[in-house]
Amino acid sequence: MIEATGLTKRYGEKVAVRDLSFAVRGGVVTGFLGPNGSGKSTTMRLILGLDAPDAGSATVNGRRYRDHAAPLREVGALLEARSVHTGRSAFNHLWALARTHGIDRRRVTELIEMVGLSEVARKRAGQFSLGMGQRLGIAAALLGDPETIMLDEPVNGLDPEGIQWVRNLLKSLAAEGRTVFVSSHLMSEMALTAEHLIVIGRGELIADMPTAEFVQRASKKAVRVLSPDAHLLQELLAAPDVEIDAAEPGVLVIAGLSAQRIGETAAANGVVLHELTPLQATLEEAFMELTQDAVEFHAAEPAIEQAAA
Amino acid sequence: MSSFAPAARPAAGTTADHHQGVTLARVVRSEWTKLWSLRSTRWALSVTLLLTVGIGVLACAVFSARWPHLNPSDRARFRPLRVSLAGVNLAQLSIGVLGVLVMTGEYTTGMIRSTFCAVPTRLPVLWAKGIVFAAVTFVLSLPAVLVVFFAGQSILSARHVQISFSHPGVARAVIGAALFLTVMGIFGLGIGAIVRHTAGGIVTLVAIMFVLPPILGLLPSSWSDAINPYLPSSAAGTLWTITPDAHTLAPWAGFALFCGYAAASILIAAALIARRDT
Repeated sequence: MIEATGLTKRYGEKVAVRDLSFAVRGGVVTGFLGPNGSGKSTTMRLILGLDAPDAGSATVNGRRYRDHAAPLREVGALLEARSVHTGRSAFNHLWALARTHGIDRRRVTELIEMVGLSEVARKRAGQFSLGMGQRLGIAAALLGDPETIMLDEPVNGLDPEGIQWVRNLLKSLAAEGRTVFVSSHLMSEMALTAEHLIVIGRGELIADMPTAEFVQRASKKAVRVLSPDAHLLQELLAAPDVEIDAAEPGVLVIAGLSAQRIGETAAANGVVLHELTPLQATLEEAFMELTQDAVEFHAAEPAIEQAAA
Repeated sequence: MSSFAPAARPAAGTTADHHQGVTLARVVRSEWTKLWSLRSTRWALSVTLLLTVGIGVLACAVFSARWPHLNPSDRARFRPLRVSLAGVNLAQLSIGVLGVLVMTGEYTTGMIRSTFCAVPTRLPVLWAKGIVFAAVTFVLSLPAVLVVFFAGQSILSARHVQISFSHPGVARAVIGAALFLTVMGIFGLGIGAIVRHTAGGIVTLVAIMFVLPPILGLLPSSWSDAINPYLPSSAAGTLWTITPDAHTLAPWAGFALFCGYAAASILIAAALIARRDT
Protein backbone atom coordinates (compact mmCIF):
# COMPACT_ATOMS: atom_id res chain seq x y z
CA MET A 1 0.00 0.00 0.00
CA ILE A 2 1.46 3.32 -1.10
CA GLU A 3 -0.28 6.61 -0.38
CA ALA A 4 0.73 10.03 -1.63
CA THR A 5 -1.01 13.14 -0.33
CA GLY A 6 -0.47 16.50 -1.94
CA LEU A 7 3.11 15.67 -2.94
CA THR A 8 4.89 18.71 -4.32
CA LYS A 9 8.55 19.03 -5.29
CA ARG A 10 10.40 21.93 -6.83
CA TYR A 11 13.95 21.90 -8.14
CA GLY A 12 14.85 25.57 -8.28
CA GLU A 13 12.25 27.24 -10.47
CA LYS A 14 10.98 24.03 -12.04
CA VAL A 15 8.06 22.25 -10.44
CA ALA A 16 8.71 18.52 -10.90
CA VAL A 17 5.62 17.28 -9.07
CA ARG A 18 2.58 19.36 -8.14
CA ASP A 19 -0.01 18.44 -5.53
CA LEU A 20 0.01 14.75 -6.40
CA SER A 21 -2.37 12.48 -4.46
CA PHE A 22 -3.02 8.82 -5.14
CA ALA A 23 -3.15 5.42 -3.49
CA VAL A 24 -1.66 2.18 -4.79
CA ARG A 25 -3.37 -0.96 -3.46
CA GLY A 26 -2.21 -4.52 -3.15
CA GLY A 27 -3.20 -7.46 -5.31
CA VAL A 28 -2.90 -5.84 -8.73
CA VAL A 29 -0.10 -4.38 -10.80
CA THR A 30 -0.49 -0.60 -10.85
CA GLY A 31 1.16 1.19 -13.73
CA PHE A 32 2.64 4.64 -13.24
CA LEU A 33 2.49 6.25 -16.61
CA GLY A 34 3.79 9.47 -18.01
CA PRO A 35 6.06 10.83 -20.71
CA ASN A 36 9.75 11.21 -19.92
CA GLY A 37 10.26 14.11 -17.55
CA SER A 38 6.70 14.03 -16.23
CA GLY A 39 7.83 13.44 -12.64
CA LYS A 40 7.58 9.65 -12.23
CA SER A 41 11.10 9.15 -10.93
CA THR A 42 10.82 12.20 -8.71
CA THR A 43 7.61 10.83 -7.20
CA MET A 44 9.31 7.51 -6.48
CA ARG A 45 12.30 9.26 -4.89
CA LEU A 46 9.90 11.25 -2.71
CA ILE A 47 8.15 8.05 -1.62
CA LEU A 48 11.53 6.52 -0.67
CA GLY A 49 12.66 9.65 1.18
CA LEU A 50 15.67 10.11 -1.11
CA ASP A 51 14.35 13.59 -1.85
CA ALA A 52 12.32 15.64 0.61
CA PRO A 53 8.98 16.99 -0.64
CA ASP A 54 8.32 20.76 -0.47
CA ALA A 55 4.75 19.95 0.51
CA GLY A 56 2.62 16.89 1.13
CA SER A 57 3.69 13.46 2.27
CA ALA A 58 3.96 9.86 1.21
CA THR A 59 3.50 6.72 3.26
CA VAL A 60 4.18 3.07 2.53
CA ASN A 61 2.25 0.43 4.45
CA GLY A 62 0.95 3.19 6.70
CA ARG A 63 4.22 4.88 7.63
CA ARG A 64 6.77 7.19 6.12
CA TYR A 65 9.44 5.06 4.47
CA ARG A 66 12.18 6.27 6.80
CA ASP A 67 10.10 5.43 9.87
CA HIS A 68 10.14 1.72 9.12
CA ALA A 69 12.52 -0.30 11.29
CA ALA A 70 13.21 -2.69 8.42
CA PRO A 71 12.54 -0.72 5.22
CA LEU A 72 13.84 -3.38 2.81
CA ARG A 73 11.38 -5.86 4.30
CA GLU A 74 8.54 -3.40 3.64
CA VAL A 75 9.42 -1.92 0.28
CA GLY A 76 11.68 -3.10 -2.50
CA ALA A 77 12.65 -0.47 -5.03
CA LEU A 78 14.39 -0.42 -8.37
CA LEU A 79 15.48 3.09 -9.21
CA GLU A 80 15.80 4.26 -12.77
CA ALA A 81 19.36 5.49 -12.68
CA ARG A 82 22.03 2.89 -11.92
CA SER A 83 22.40 2.68 -8.18
CA VAL A 84 25.28 0.24 -7.92
CA HIS A 85 28.99 0.76 -7.25
CA THR A 86 30.66 -0.17 -10.54
CA GLY A 87 33.65 -1.74 -8.82
CA ARG A 88 31.68 -4.23 -6.73
CA SER A 89 30.47 -7.65 -7.86
CA ALA A 90 26.77 -8.43 -8.11
CA PHE A 91 27.03 -10.81 -5.20
CA ASN A 92 28.84 -8.35 -2.94
CA HIS A 93 26.45 -5.54 -3.88
CA LEU A 94 23.46 -7.60 -2.75
CA TRP A 95 25.33 -9.02 0.23
CA ALA A 96 26.26 -5.53 1.50
CA LEU A 97 22.62 -4.42 1.25
CA ALA A 98 21.38 -7.66 2.82
CA ARG A 99 23.65 -7.26 5.85
CA THR A 100 21.99 -3.97 6.87
CA HIS A 101 18.87 -6.04 7.62
CA GLY A 102 20.47 -9.27 8.82
CA ILE A 103 19.33 -11.05 5.66
CA ASP A 104 21.42 -14.20 5.14
CA ARG A 105 23.72 -15.23 2.31
CA ARG A 106 21.36 -17.98 1.19
CA ARG A 107 18.75 -15.42 0.25
CA VAL A 108 21.32 -13.49 -1.81
CA THR A 109 22.39 -16.62 -3.72
CA GLU A 110 18.75 -17.59 -4.22
CA LEU A 111 17.90 -14.21 -5.74
CA ILE A 112 20.96 -14.18 -7.99
CA GLU A 113 19.78 -17.52 -9.38
CA MET A 114 16.23 -16.31 -9.70
CA VAL A 115 17.15 -13.24 -11.78
CA GLY A 116 19.54 -15.33 -13.87
CA LEU A 117 22.86 -13.73 -12.88
CA SER A 118 24.56 -16.82 -11.40
CA GLU A 119 27.18 -16.95 -14.14
CA VAL A 120 28.27 -13.34 -13.61
CA ALA A 121 27.67 -12.99 -9.87
CA ARG A 122 31.40 -12.50 -9.20
CA LYS A 123 31.94 -10.05 -12.04
CA ARG A 124 32.12 -6.35 -11.36
CA ALA A 125 28.79 -4.61 -11.93
CA GLY A 126 30.52 -1.94 -14.03
CA GLN A 127 30.95 -4.53 -16.78
CA PHE A 128 27.25 -5.38 -16.84
CA SER A 129 24.97 -4.61 -19.77
CA LEU A 130 21.93 -2.43 -19.11
CA GLY A 131 19.75 -5.55 -18.99
CA MET A 132 22.00 -7.29 -16.47
CA GLY A 133 22.01 -4.11 -14.39
CA GLN A 134 18.20 -4.15 -14.39
CA ARG A 135 18.18 -7.78 -13.25
CA LEU A 136 20.57 -6.90 -10.45
CA GLY A 137 18.34 -3.97 -9.46
CA ILE A 138 15.30 -6.24 -9.40
CA ALA A 139 17.17 -8.75 -7.22
CA ALA A 140 18.01 -5.91 -4.82
CA ALA A 141 14.36 -4.87 -4.72
CA LEU A 142 13.29 -8.39 -3.74
CA LEU A 143 16.00 -8.94 -1.07
CA GLY A 144 13.77 -8.33 1.93
CA ASP A 145 10.81 -10.23 0.47
CA PRO A 146 8.87 -6.97 0.68
CA GLU A 147 5.13 -6.45 0.78
CA THR A 148 5.40 -3.47 -1.54
CA ILE A 149 7.46 -3.40 -4.72
CA MET A 150 8.21 -0.23 -6.63
CA LEU A 151 10.06 -0.44 -9.93
CA ASP A 152 11.10 2.50 -12.09
CA GLU A 153 11.15 1.51 -15.79
CA PRO A 154 12.07 -2.14 -15.08
CA VAL A 155 12.01 -3.34 -18.69
CA ASN A 156 14.44 -0.67 -19.93
CA GLY A 157 17.30 -2.37 -21.71
CA LEU A 158 15.92 -5.88 -21.38
CA ASP A 159 15.74 -8.28 -24.31
CA PRO A 160 12.33 -9.74 -25.28
CA GLU A 161 12.88 -12.75 -23.05
CA GLY A 162 13.78 -10.48 -20.14
CA ILE A 163 10.71 -8.32 -20.74
CA GLN A 164 8.50 -11.40 -20.67
CA TRP A 165 10.21 -12.49 -17.46
CA VAL A 166 9.56 -9.12 -15.78
CA ARG A 167 5.89 -9.16 -16.83
CA ASN A 168 5.37 -12.61 -15.36
CA LEU A 169 7.26 -11.71 -12.21
CA LEU A 170 5.17 -8.58 -11.63
CA LYS A 171 1.94 -10.47 -12.14
CA SER A 172 2.94 -13.29 -9.82
CA LEU A 173 4.01 -10.81 -7.14
CA ALA A 174 0.66 -9.05 -7.40
CA ALA A 175 -1.17 -12.39 -7.35
CA GLU A 176 0.43 -13.04 -3.96
CA GLY A 177 -1.36 -9.94 -2.70
CA ARG A 178 1.62 -7.62 -2.83
CA THR A 179 1.46 -4.00 -3.89
CA VAL A 180 3.25 -3.66 -7.22
CA PHE A 181 3.88 -0.15 -8.56
CA VAL A 182 5.68 0.05 -11.90
CA SER A 183 6.54 3.13 -13.88
CA SER A 184 6.90 3.29 -17.62
CA HIS A 185 6.71 5.78 -20.44
CA LEU A 186 5.53 2.98 -22.74
CA MET A 187 1.78 2.53 -22.90
CA SER A 188 2.00 -0.75 -24.73
CA GLU A 189 4.04 -2.24 -21.90
CA MET A 190 1.53 -1.07 -19.31
CA ALA A 191 -1.38 -2.44 -21.33
CA LEU A 192 0.15 -5.88 -20.99
CA THR A 193 1.02 -5.79 -17.30
CA ALA A 194 -0.98 -3.20 -15.40
CA GLU A 195 -4.57 -3.60 -14.33
CA HIS A 196 -4.73 -0.16 -12.84
CA LEU A 197 -3.11 3.05 -14.07
CA ILE A 198 -1.97 6.25 -12.47
CA VAL A 199 -1.17 8.68 -15.24
CA ILE A 200 0.76 11.89 -14.77
CA GLY A 201 1.85 14.65 -17.10
CA ARG A 202 3.99 17.64 -16.18
CA GLY A 203 4.01 16.50 -12.58
CA GLU A 204 0.23 16.52 -12.22
CA LEU A 205 -2.29 13.71 -11.95
CA ILE A 206 -4.16 13.09 -15.20
CA ALA A 207 -5.94 9.84 -14.48
CA ASP A 208 -6.27 7.20 -11.78
CA MET A 209 -8.43 4.34 -13.06
CA PRO A 210 -8.48 0.75 -14.31
CA THR A 211 -6.44 0.31 -17.49
CA ALA A 212 -9.46 -0.90 -19.48
CA GLU A 213 -11.47 2.15 -18.51
CA PHE A 214 -8.58 4.44 -19.38
CA VAL A 215 -8.38 3.03 -22.90
CA GLN A 216 -12.11 3.14 -23.36
CA ARG A 217 -12.53 6.70 -22.18
CA ALA A 218 -9.79 8.06 -24.28
CA SER A 219 -10.36 6.11 -27.45
CA LYS A 220 -12.44 7.00 -30.42
CA LYS A 221 -14.10 3.89 -31.82
CA ALA A 222 -13.28 3.26 -35.45
CA VAL A 223 -13.82 0.49 -37.98
CA ARG A 224 -11.44 -0.63 -40.69
CA VAL A 225 -12.98 -1.72 -43.97
CA LEU A 226 -11.28 -3.42 -46.93
CA SER A 227 -13.36 -3.35 -50.07
CA PRO A 228 -12.79 -3.34 -53.86
CA ASP A 229 -15.68 -0.83 -53.98
CA ALA A 230 -14.26 1.52 -51.36
CA HIS A 231 -15.23 4.61 -53.31
CA LEU A 232 -18.85 3.61 -53.58
CA LEU A 233 -19.03 2.66 -49.92
CA GLN A 234 -17.50 5.98 -48.94
CA GLU A 235 -20.26 7.82 -50.78
CA LEU A 236 -22.98 5.64 -49.29
CA LEU A 237 -21.77 6.19 -45.73
CA ALA A 238 -21.08 9.91 -45.95
CA ALA A 239 -22.87 11.83 -43.20
CA PRO A 240 -22.10 14.92 -41.08
CA ASP A 241 -21.02 13.00 -37.96
CA VAL A 242 -19.10 10.29 -39.81
CA GLU A 243 -15.36 10.61 -40.35
CA ILE A 244 -13.87 8.57 -43.14
CA ASP A 245 -10.17 8.21 -43.70
CA ALA A 246 -9.35 6.81 -47.14
CA ALA A 247 -5.62 7.23 -47.13
CA GLU A 248 -4.86 3.92 -48.85
CA PRO A 249 -6.67 2.66 -51.92
CA GLY A 250 -9.27 0.04 -51.04
CA VAL A 251 -8.99 0.76 -47.30
CA LEU A 252 -11.34 2.90 -45.25
CA VAL A 253 -11.03 3.78 -41.58
CA ILE A 254 -14.44 4.92 -40.45
CA ALA A 255 -15.24 6.69 -37.19
CA GLY A 256 -18.77 7.42 -36.00
CA LEU A 257 -20.50 4.26 -37.27
CA SER A 258 -20.64 0.77 -35.80
CA ALA A 259 -19.32 -2.26 -37.72
CA GLN A 260 -22.88 -3.55 -37.77
CA ARG A 261 -24.26 -0.44 -39.54
CA ILE A 262 -21.43 -0.45 -42.08
CA GLY A 263 -21.95 -4.16 -42.85
CA GLU A 264 -25.69 -3.70 -43.28
CA THR A 265 -25.27 -0.70 -45.58
CA ALA A 266 -22.76 -2.62 -47.71
CA ALA A 267 -25.05 -5.66 -47.98
CA ALA A 268 -28.08 -3.54 -48.88
CA ASN A 269 -26.15 -1.95 -51.74
CA GLY A 270 -24.33 -5.07 -52.93
CA VAL A 271 -20.87 -3.75 -51.96
CA VAL A 272 -18.30 -6.52 -51.52
CA LEU A 273 -16.36 -6.41 -48.23
CA HIS A 274 -13.06 -8.24 -47.73
CA GLU A 275 -12.59 -7.10 -44.17
CA LEU A 276 -14.63 -5.39 -41.47
CA THR A 277 -12.65 -4.83 -38.27
CA PRO A 278 -13.61 -2.75 -35.22
CA LEU A 279 -10.47 -0.95 -34.07
CA GLN A 280 -9.62 -0.44 -30.41
CA ALA A 281 -7.52 2.63 -29.90
CA THR A 282 -4.16 1.55 -28.57
CA LEU A 283 -3.12 2.61 -25.15
CA GLU A 284 -0.38 4.59 -26.85
CA GLU A 285 -2.94 6.67 -28.73
CA ALA A 286 -5.13 7.08 -25.68
CA PHE A 287 -2.15 8.27 -23.75
CA MET A 288 -1.02 10.72 -26.39
CA GLU A 289 -4.49 12.17 -26.51
CA LEU A 290 -4.67 12.58 -22.75
CA THR A 291 -1.25 14.05 -22.26
CA GLN A 292 -1.30 16.35 -25.27
CA ASP A 293 -2.63 19.03 -23.05
CA ALA A 294 -2.51 17.76 -19.55
CA VAL A 295 -3.85 20.92 -18.00
CA GLU A 296 -6.80 21.30 -20.31
CA PHE A 297 -7.89 17.72 -19.76
CA HIS A 298 -7.47 18.24 -16.07
CA ALA A 299 -9.87 21.18 -16.09
CA ALA A 300 -12.40 19.53 -18.37
CA GLU A 301 -12.71 16.24 -16.52
CA PRO A 302 -12.51 16.85 -12.79
CA ALA A 303 -14.89 13.95 -12.20
CA ILE A 304 -12.21 11.42 -13.06
CA GLU A 305 -9.95 12.55 -10.26
CA GLN A 306 -12.67 12.71 -7.67
CA ALA A 307 -13.96 9.28 -8.53
CA ALA A 308 -10.47 7.88 -8.15
CA ALA A 309 -9.68 9.61 -4.88
CA MET B 1 9.48 -17.92 -9.81
CA SER B 2 8.75 -20.62 -7.26
CA SER B 3 12.05 -19.79 -5.60
CA PHE B 4 10.45 -16.57 -4.42
CA ALA B 5 9.14 -18.57 -1.47
CA PRO B 6 5.82 -16.89 -0.74
CA ALA B 7 5.06 -19.45 1.95
CA ALA B 8 7.82 -18.14 4.17
CA ARG B 9 6.57 -14.58 4.36
CA PRO B 10 4.14 -13.19 6.90
CA ALA B 11 0.68 -12.05 5.90
CA ALA B 12 0.50 -8.84 3.91
CA GLY B 13 0.74 -5.74 6.05
CA THR B 14 2.49 -7.37 8.99
CA THR B 15 5.13 -5.04 10.35
CA ALA B 16 8.59 -6.49 10.56
CA ASP B 17 9.80 -7.58 13.97
CA HIS B 18 12.43 -5.35 15.43
CA HIS B 19 15.05 -8.08 15.29
CA GLN B 20 14.74 -8.03 11.51
CA GLY B 21 15.42 -4.32 11.31
CA VAL B 22 18.36 -2.05 10.68
CA THR B 23 20.80 -1.65 13.56
CA LEU B 24 24.12 0.18 13.75
CA ALA B 25 25.92 -3.16 14.17
CA ARG B 26 24.34 -4.41 10.95
CA VAL B 27 25.22 -1.25 9.06
CA VAL B 28 28.80 -1.67 10.30
CA ARG B 29 28.85 -5.23 8.89
CA SER B 30 27.48 -3.92 5.61
CA GLU B 31 30.16 -1.23 5.43
CA TRP B 32 32.81 -3.83 6.25
CA THR B 33 31.65 -5.87 3.25
CA LYS B 34 31.57 -2.75 1.09
CA LEU B 35 35.11 -1.72 2.02
CA TRP B 36 36.72 -5.09 1.31
CA SER B 37 34.69 -5.93 -1.78
CA LEU B 38 36.34 -3.16 -3.81
CA ARG B 39 39.57 -4.10 -5.50
CA SER B 40 40.69 -0.46 -5.40
CA THR B 41 40.50 -0.29 -1.58
CA ARG B 42 42.41 -3.53 -1.15
CA TRP B 43 45.14 -2.31 -3.48
CA ALA B 44 45.34 1.15 -1.99
CA LEU B 45 45.61 -0.17 1.56
CA SER B 46 48.26 -2.77 0.69
CA VAL B 47 50.35 -0.30 -1.29
CA THR B 48 50.09 2.28 1.51
CA LEU B 49 51.35 -0.21 4.08
CA LEU B 50 54.14 -1.46 1.84
CA LEU B 51 55.30 2.09 1.13
CA THR B 52 55.10 3.08 4.80
CA VAL B 53 57.45 0.25 5.67
CA GLY B 54 59.49 0.39 2.45
CA ILE B 55 60.23 4.12 2.49
CA GLY B 56 61.22 4.06 6.17
CA VAL B 57 63.52 1.07 5.74
CA LEU B 58 65.03 2.56 2.59
CA ALA B 59 65.63 5.93 4.28
CA CYS B 60 67.32 4.25 7.24
CA ALA B 61 69.44 2.11 4.92
CA VAL B 62 70.54 5.17 2.94
CA PHE B 63 71.56 7.06 6.10
CA SER B 64 73.30 4.00 7.47
CA ALA B 65 75.27 3.51 4.26
CA ARG B 66 76.14 7.20 3.90
CA TRP B 67 76.85 7.84 7.59
CA PRO B 68 80.71 7.83 7.34
CA HIS B 69 80.48 10.44 4.56
CA LEU B 70 78.02 12.80 6.29
CA ASN B 71 79.38 16.13 7.47
CA PRO B 72 78.93 17.15 11.13
CA SER B 73 75.98 19.45 10.49
CA ASP B 74 74.07 16.66 8.68
CA ARG B 75 74.90 14.34 11.54
CA ALA B 76 73.65 16.92 14.03
CA ARG B 77 70.36 17.27 12.17
CA PHE B 78 69.86 13.52 11.91
CA ARG B 79 66.64 12.33 13.59
CA PRO B 80 66.45 8.52 13.77
CA LEU B 81 62.74 8.39 14.70
CA ARG B 82 61.70 10.78 11.97
CA VAL B 83 63.72 8.99 9.31
CA SER B 84 62.24 5.59 10.16
CA LEU B 85 58.72 7.08 10.00
CA ALA B 86 59.40 8.89 6.68
CA GLY B 87 56.78 6.72 4.93
CA VAL B 88 54.02 8.10 7.15
CA ASN B 89 54.26 11.35 5.18
CA LEU B 90 53.07 9.49 2.10
CA ALA B 91 50.66 7.27 3.99
CA GLN B 92 48.81 10.32 5.34
CA LEU B 93 48.03 11.38 1.79
CA SER B 94 46.87 7.98 0.59
CA ILE B 95 44.81 7.24 3.73
CA GLY B 96 43.21 10.69 3.49
CA VAL B 97 42.41 10.19 -0.19
CA LEU B 98 41.05 6.71 0.51
CA GLY B 99 38.81 8.25 3.18
CA VAL B 100 37.48 10.69 0.58
CA LEU B 101 36.90 7.81 -1.85
CA VAL B 102 35.01 5.67 0.65
CA MET B 103 32.34 8.37 0.60
CA THR B 104 32.54 9.85 -2.91
CA GLY B 105 32.61 6.39 -4.51
CA GLU B 106 29.03 5.98 -3.33
CA TYR B 107 27.92 9.31 -4.71
CA THR B 108 29.64 9.19 -8.09
CA THR B 109 28.36 5.68 -8.90
CA GLY B 110 24.82 6.22 -7.57
CA MET B 111 25.34 3.48 -4.94
CA ILE B 112 24.33 6.04 -2.32
CA ARG B 113 20.68 5.69 -3.44
CA SER B 114 20.74 1.94 -2.76
CA THR B 115 22.51 2.60 0.53
CA PHE B 116 19.98 5.19 1.69
CA CYS B 117 17.07 3.00 0.59
CA ALA B 118 18.42 0.29 2.90
CA VAL B 119 19.19 2.77 5.69
CA PRO B 120 16.78 5.67 5.18
CA THR B 121 17.77 7.30 8.47
CA ARG B 122 21.11 7.86 6.69
CA LEU B 123 23.34 8.90 9.60
CA PRO B 124 24.11 5.31 10.70
CA VAL B 125 25.81 4.95 7.30
CA LEU B 126 28.21 7.80 8.12
CA TRP B 127 28.92 6.47 11.62
CA ALA B 128 29.43 2.93 10.30
CA LYS B 129 31.78 4.05 7.54
CA GLY B 130 33.77 6.03 10.13
CA ILE B 131 33.94 3.11 12.57
CA VAL B 132 34.97 0.59 9.90
CA PHE B 133 37.50 2.78 8.15
CA ALA B 134 39.05 4.00 11.40
CA ALA B 135 39.32 0.46 12.78
CA VAL B 136 40.83 -0.90 9.58
CA THR B 137 43.30 1.98 9.28
CA PHE B 138 44.45 1.68 12.89
CA VAL B 139 44.70 -2.10 12.91
CA LEU B 140 46.75 -2.11 9.71
CA SER B 141 48.92 0.95 10.30
CA LEU B 142 49.92 0.15 13.90
CA PRO B 143 51.88 -3.01 12.96
CA ALA B 144 53.26 -1.16 9.92
CA VAL B 145 54.74 1.70 11.97
CA LEU B 146 56.01 -0.71 14.66
CA VAL B 147 57.66 -2.90 12.03
CA VAL B 148 59.29 0.02 10.25
CA PHE B 149 60.43 1.59 13.52
CA PHE B 150 62.16 -1.55 14.78
CA ALA B 151 63.50 -2.54 11.35
CA GLY B 152 64.80 1.00 10.78
CA GLN B 153 66.43 1.26 14.18
CA SER B 154 68.11 -2.12 13.79
CA ILE B 155 69.59 -0.91 10.47
CA LEU B 156 70.77 2.31 12.14
CA SER B 157 72.23 0.39 15.07
CA ALA B 158 75.11 -0.63 12.79
CA ARG B 159 76.22 3.02 13.12
CA HIS B 160 75.10 3.32 16.75
CA VAL B 161 72.76 6.19 15.87
CA GLN B 162 69.50 4.35 16.62
CA ILE B 163 66.93 5.49 19.15
CA SER B 164 65.32 3.15 21.67
CA PHE B 165 61.57 2.49 21.94
CA SER B 166 61.91 3.25 25.67
CA HIS B 167 63.44 6.67 25.00
CA PRO B 168 61.03 9.36 26.33
CA GLY B 169 58.27 10.08 23.84
CA VAL B 170 59.25 7.46 21.28
CA ALA B 171 56.52 4.94 22.11
CA ARG B 172 53.99 7.79 22.05
CA ALA B 173 55.27 8.97 18.69
CA VAL B 174 55.29 5.54 17.02
CA ILE B 175 51.83 4.57 18.24
CA GLY B 176 50.83 8.19 17.63
CA ALA B 177 51.68 7.79 13.94
CA ALA B 178 49.03 5.07 13.67
CA LEU B 179 46.55 7.20 15.61
CA PHE B 180 47.29 10.16 13.35
CA LEU B 181 46.70 8.09 10.18
CA THR B 182 43.42 6.86 11.63
CA VAL B 183 42.16 10.38 12.28
CA MET B 184 43.44 11.46 8.87
CA GLY B 185 41.19 8.81 7.32
CA ILE B 186 38.21 10.17 9.27
CA PHE B 187 39.04 13.71 8.15
CA GLY B 188 39.09 12.52 4.51
CA LEU B 189 35.80 10.70 5.01
CA GLY B 190 34.14 13.85 6.34
CA ILE B 191 35.49 15.96 3.48
CA GLY B 192 34.32 13.35 0.97
CA ALA B 193 30.82 13.37 2.46
CA ILE B 194 30.66 17.17 2.35
CA VAL B 195 31.99 17.57 -1.21
CA ARG B 196 30.51 14.35 -2.72
CA HIS B 197 32.76 14.51 -5.82
CA THR B 198 36.01 12.57 -5.91
CA ALA B 199 38.17 15.20 -7.59
CA GLY B 200 36.75 18.03 -5.49
CA GLY B 201 37.18 16.02 -2.31
CA ILE B 202 40.81 15.17 -3.02
CA VAL B 203 41.63 18.75 -4.01
CA THR B 204 40.03 20.05 -0.80
CA LEU B 205 41.98 17.60 1.33
CA VAL B 206 45.29 18.33 -0.41
CA ALA B 207 44.66 22.07 -0.22
CA ILE B 208 44.03 21.96 3.53
CA MET B 209 46.94 19.65 4.36
CA PHE B 210 49.62 20.58 1.86
CA VAL B 211 48.82 23.91 0.18
CA LEU B 212 47.68 26.00 3.12
CA PRO B 213 51.03 25.80 5.01
CA PRO B 214 53.24 27.31 2.26
CA ILE B 215 50.64 30.02 1.59
CA LEU B 216 50.67 30.88 5.28
CA GLY B 217 54.47 31.09 5.05
CA LEU B 218 54.09 34.10 2.76
CA LEU B 219 52.48 36.15 5.53
CA PRO B 220 54.58 38.28 7.86
CA SER B 221 56.23 35.89 10.31
CA SER B 222 54.52 37.39 13.36
CA TRP B 223 51.19 36.40 11.79
CA SER B 224 52.18 33.05 10.43
CA ASP B 225 53.88 32.06 13.71
CA ALA B 226 50.69 32.89 15.58
CA ILE B 227 48.41 31.06 13.16
CA ASN B 228 50.63 28.09 12.29
CA PRO B 229 50.09 25.97 15.44
CA TYR B 230 46.38 25.84 14.70
CA LEU B 231 46.55 24.70 11.09
CA PRO B 232 45.27 21.14 10.55
CA SER B 233 48.60 20.19 8.99
CA SER B 234 50.63 21.49 11.97
CA ALA B 235 48.28 19.97 14.52
CA ALA B 236 48.48 16.70 12.59
CA GLY B 237 52.25 16.44 12.91
CA THR B 238 52.66 16.95 16.66
CA LEU B 239 51.92 13.48 17.96
CA TRP B 240 54.31 11.40 15.90
CA THR B 241 57.52 13.34 16.48
CA ILE B 242 59.76 13.93 19.50
CA THR B 243 61.55 16.86 17.89
CA PRO B 244 58.71 19.31 17.26
CA ASP B 245 59.02 22.13 14.73
CA ALA B 246 58.92 25.68 16.00
CA HIS B 247 55.47 27.18 16.51
CA THR B 248 53.50 23.99 17.06
CA LEU B 249 51.32 22.82 19.92
CA ALA B 250 52.32 20.19 22.47
CA PRO B 251 51.92 16.60 21.15
CA TRP B 252 48.56 15.67 22.68
CA ALA B 253 47.16 19.21 22.43
CA GLY B 254 47.98 19.27 18.73
CA PHE B 255 46.50 15.83 18.23
CA ALA B 256 43.35 16.86 20.09
CA LEU B 257 43.02 19.86 17.79
CA PHE B 258 43.45 17.64 14.72
CA CYS B 259 40.77 15.31 16.11
CA GLY B 260 38.62 18.42 16.48
CA TYR B 261 39.07 19.25 12.78
CA ALA B 262 38.16 15.68 11.83
CA ALA B 263 35.14 15.73 14.15
CA ALA B 264 34.04 19.05 12.67
CA SER B 265 34.22 17.63 9.13
CA ILE B 266 32.11 14.64 10.23
CA LEU B 267 29.54 16.81 12.00
CA ILE B 268 29.17 19.15 9.02
CA ALA B 269 28.83 16.06 6.81
CA ALA B 270 26.16 14.64 9.14
CA ALA B 271 24.15 17.86 9.04
CA LEU B 272 24.33 17.95 5.24
CA ILE B 273 23.58 14.24 4.74
CA ALA B 274 20.49 14.46 6.95
CA ARG B 275 18.87 17.18 4.88
CA ARG B 276 20.24 16.92 1.35
CA ASP B 277 18.35 15.37 -1.56
CA THR B 278 20.09 12.35 -3.00
